[in-house]
Amino acid sequence: MTDTAYGDIWREGLWRNNPALVQLLGLCPLLAVTGTAINGLGLGLATTVVLLISNVTVSLVRHLVRPEIRIPVFVLVIASAVTAVELVMKAWFHDLHTILGIFIPLIVTNCAIIGRAESFASRNAPLPALVDGLAMGTGFTAVLVILGMMREAVGYGTLFRQAHLMFGSGTDWLTVTLVEDYGGVLVAILPPGAFLGMGLIIAVKNVVDARTRGRRKAAVAASAPALDGQGAVP
Amino acid sequence: MAEYLTLLFGTIFVNNLVLSRFLGLCPFMGVSKKADTALAMGMATAFVLTLSSVSSYLASTYLLKPLGLEYLKTVTFILLIAVIVQFTEMVLHKTSPLLYKVLGIFLPLITTNCAVLGVALLNVQQDHDFIASALYGFGGAVGFTLVMVLFASIRERLDVGDVMPSFRGAPIALVTAGFMSVAFMGFAGMA
Repeated sequence: MTDTAYGDIWREGLWRNNPALVQLLGLCPLLAVTGTAINGLGLGLATTVVLLISNVTVSLVRHLVRPEIRIPVFVLVIASAVTAVELVMKAWFHDLHTILGIFIPLIVTNCAIIGRAESFASRNAPLPALVDGLAMGTGFTAVLVILGMMREAVGYGTLFRQAHLMFGSGTDWLTVTLVEDYGGVLVAILPPGAFLGMGLIIAVKNVVDARTRGRRKAAVAASAPALDGQGAVP
Repeated sequence: MAEYLTLLFGTIFVNNLVLSRFLGLCPFMGVSKKADTALAMGMATAFVLTLSSVSSYLASTYLLKPLGLEYLKTVTFILLIAVIVQFTEMVLHKTSPLLYKVLGIFLPLITTNCAVLGVALLNVQQDHDFIASALYGFGGAVGFTLVMVLFASIRERLDVGDVMPSFRGAPIALVTAGFMSVAFMGFAGMA
């Protein structure tokens, strides 16, 4: 694979085909755990690790598995990876594991993961599959952290509170207090805030996409004026 | 008896699977363009959810716990759910072609519906007994169907509404779901 192909994989994962923003996959954990940025980061990283393991494994066995039974095999691979990640988190990130609760085992039913196994990993060599897992996982994590930051800033007036859950004790200096003595807007932390915040993020992406498209069209029109003298059709 | 009623009411309204527990959002967003398909999806889910809730309870109590294999619950439950979905599909196909035609296309989707696995896991987490597990699965499914149909009806209206271009499609649907969630918060504390 060439470098441009890898660049494409990254662009797909982070923006153009972002699992959360464009494909609307894995919404359940996305909305459920983003009460704070750190929780979002924790689940994002766990999902990324599972995605890496499952993508590489599926890619390695892609010639051995008959097409008829591929979906059950993928599901088993993912479920095993999730179990491993869950045990690791229980051992070393116990508090975070308690907070994220059932959403760690529920990574199994994150459609984004089986989607990548089916549409990318089962058709490509292990290395591109690894990069694809990393790109998709990073895109997903980024959305989790951004939504978490939004909800935390509005809800608690802080950023990265309870950093010790993720990075160990002594790292609470990471917490940024945006507003002193903030009363807190409860609705941002409660379920409705998740739906509203996610709606806003997708709307912003739509605006940015529309702008880029407009600019690209203008650039094309400027560089290649149409023969009839009226410019490109708007 | 009273506690079971409270549990049922609680799972339908107060701890609604979709709006307050964030389970089953994929079909909630994906299959809610029309009210009648939403109802069909809800019914298919209700059947599988109740059955899988009960059988995962049995598997966890009589198989995993005595053997000390609780850490395998995720793998076991997802396998059980896949088998139940496949089984339901085969039975429907043989016995009721009409029902199969209505529900058939939704059945494969249910395997990756996190509400089904989520309810099985919550049953273990909250130490439900046999009847409570069955009620939790059934109540959760009724709540899911209720919200699906309500949401689909709103979306049918939204399609003809004049929405800002950047909010068309998914964003406005999510904002709508947010307001529905606010409404359902009104049930908090009732059970």
